[in-house]
Amino acid sequence: MAVRDGPIAITFSTLKAITPGLAALGGIALLIGGAFAGLIAEGFGNLPAAIGAFDSWLFRIARFTLWQALLSTLLSVAPAILVARALSRHPAFAGRALILRLFALPLALPAIVAALGILALLGRAGLIAPLWGPGWPGIYGLSGILIAHVFFNLPLATRLLLEALETVPADQWRLAAQLGMNARSTFRLVEWPAMRRALPGVAGLVFMLCVTSFTIVLTLGGGPRATTLEVAIYQSLRFDFDPARAVAVTTLQIVLTALVLAVLARLGANVAGDANLAVSRRAAVSPRLSETLFNAMVLAVAVVLVLSPMAATVIYGLKADLMRLAGEPAVQSATLTSLGLATCSSILCLAMSWSLVAGRQKLAAARRKSPTSLLERMFDTGAGYVLIVPPIVIGSGWFLLLRNHIDVFSVAPIMVAAVNAVMAMPFAIRAIRPAFDAAALRHDKLSAQLGISGWNRLRLIDWPVVRRPMATALAFAMALSLGDLGVIALFGSDAVQTLPYLLLGRMGSYRTDDAAGIALLLGILCLGLMLLADRLGRTAK
Amino acid sequence: MTGAAVKLENVSFGYDETRVLFNVEIQAGTIAAVMGPSGAGKTTLLNLIAGFERPESGSVWIGNSDVTGIGPADRPVSMVFQENNLFAHLTVEQNVGLGRSPSLRLTDADRIAIRGALARTGLEGKEARLPSELSGGERQRVALARALVRNRPVLLLDEPFASLGPALREDMLELLIDLHREQNMTVLMVTHQPDDARKIAQSMIFVEEGKVAATGNANLFFGPDAPQAFRRYIGV
Repeated sequence: MAVRDGPIAITFSTLKAITPGLAALGGIALLIGGAFAGLIAEGFGNLPAAIGAFDSWLFRIARFTLWQALLSTLLSVAPAILVARALSRHPAFAGRALILRLFALPLALPAIVAALGILALLGRAGLIAPLWGPGWPGIYGLSGILIAHVFFNLPLATRLLLEALETVPADQWRLAAQLGMNARSTFRLVEWPAMRRALPGVAGLVFMLCVTSFTIVLTLGGGPRATTLEVAIYQSLRFDFDPARAVAVTTLQIVLTALVLAVLARLGANVAGDANLAVSRRAAVSPRLSETLFNAMVLAVAVVLVLSPMAATVIYGLKADLMRLAGEPAVQSATLTSLGLATCSSILCLAMSWSLVAGRQKLAAARRKSPTSLLERMFDTGAGYVLIVPPIVIGSGWFLLLRNHIDVFSVAPIMVAAVNAVMAMPFAIRAIRPAFDAAALRHDKLSAQLGISGWNRLRLIDWPVVRRPMATALAFAMALSLGDLGVIALFGSDAVQTLPYLLLGRMGSYRTDDAAGIALLLGILCLGLMLLADRLGRTAK
Repeated sequence: MTGAAVKLENVSFGYDETRVLFNVEIQAGTIAAVMGPSGAGKTTLLNLIAGFERPESGSVWIGNSDVTGIGPADRPVSMVFQENNLFAHLTVEQNVGLGRSPSLRLTDADRIAIRGALARTGLEGKEARLPSELSGGERQRVALARALVRNRPVLLLDEPFASLGPALREDMLELLIDLHREQNMTVLMVTHQPDDARKIAQSMIFVEEGKVAATGNANLFFGPDAPQAFRRYIGV
């Protein structure tokens, strides 16, 4: 006679199945916990100094952080409403798919490459300077930050809003056409209600990305008047070496991001975003000529905005002495370091994501329809919470924790690989989970009956199904890790340089030709990986 | 090979709002049809026999052994579901082969058995196809072929032909009767079709509200002296 465990208790077989997931959660906890330990130890080690660091300078920076994020959000999301609407009104013109592809590219482009592209275009010696005539001021400072943020977030917001518009049932469009609604009423009665539902989430996501933006502000922000908390953390550790101030700035940044995320969660925003967008067609509406012209203008401006920094990167990059750069040992070794770290990081990311996805599915299956347990929720969204603690914050905490014990620069590879792996996890989980869950639903009973388990199950049943989403996640995680200039900015040294770090160095020493060449290389690497991820993701469906 | 008797003794089980308590015995080598309203617990009954669910109390017997604590793969049972019987990325031959070896390491004897089972179920020449290249009826034939190579004394069928058209269903029932004649295994088949039950079943199990409300000879169930509850259910 067998007795089944109660619904809450976890059976031994479930426990065995979720052990890897628990280990992954433990790893995340260690990474974040270690950072907090470093902050707390440093803060309480010198409490008066840490409290003293909360001065008017710090609050001015906090205010600027929020201000630039607010402006960036407005400038990205408001035009995105027009762009998304234009794309939705014309569901089948030549080049539409191309525009959507183009709008997916900034997501793949490392921030430092985009920053360089914008400088190449609008900097003091940029492509635009001769057209303006003498006295072109360049776009350092707030204007530069805003342009870069709009470059990244306008396409993102457009894609998300378009997705919202495409949830409107085809019958409603037909109805609107039948009732003879003009553009104005269609917007008011059909399009706006659909977009308004998505708007808080979209705006929240963009705001969050801008609050935690580091690379853009570091490279385009001009001096003390245009600095954000993230950059202040970096400066207090790498330049002023003022640990007390670093603690204060980091703490404020954590509080700020936690607040923003709490608001976001209430708005129901999806912080992890999505790399793919279905290109669906529906019954075409027939806008008037005047509206068509207006929409064409809106799209043209958006395309120029997104395309021109990338074009400038390519133009300047090709002007650089690429052959010399390719032969340079520093470039070669940075490329190898970057690729090596990205490989480690993405494999680690996949292993952890798989463990969590499999563990969550196991827990969900074991509980049937009773309410989700805390553990299952942690398996589900636990990885998402790492977004509260931006890479710089984790790096800063560990930097403070380790600096008295070991040479902090020697742990750069471990920190870079681990932090980037964890940062890519929310995206990887989103890529893997649908395929995995669907396969589990179909195969669990059959496998149990036929005695297919363990290695056989992985080899014969699960792997063939999730191979493609895994490859998508792998390419995505690699691209993210390759382009990252967060942790490496803190831990990098002459001994351990990645491509973005090398690029930052060349920019700092005004070797702009070199920088442009490296940016081109890095941009191509990341775009290539992202296109691969996108392609694998598409054919998987 | 011959069938084995199946017996459930005071088997209680529950999840969410569903509660069941089963007492039932099926004789070795018979075909029993399991009928009853949706949500009555028919599939749960099969799941308890197959080992997908473990009873909270009571015991499940197959032949002379108490299998209550034994996992699904180690019970002398094969089960065919309504759908999802096949792995979509594996060929027909591989799907059947999994019935012989869960690691798909097949001996020559296994291959011969697989060929034989595919021939027996009318699937010769389709060894290399993927499930997506088969019709719904053919997919269920593959599942039956796998049950054949597994060669277990109890076969459970959970509405296996519900998604097939009338003619195909007829064919499948014929096939099932033939297989039963050759192998004499004990068969429990859940069905919503009185005609199916009348055609193949020797005995009937009527499940209602988590209990076996009536059992007996199929002739009795479809005769003038059928149990009240069953008559109410089929509406005569």
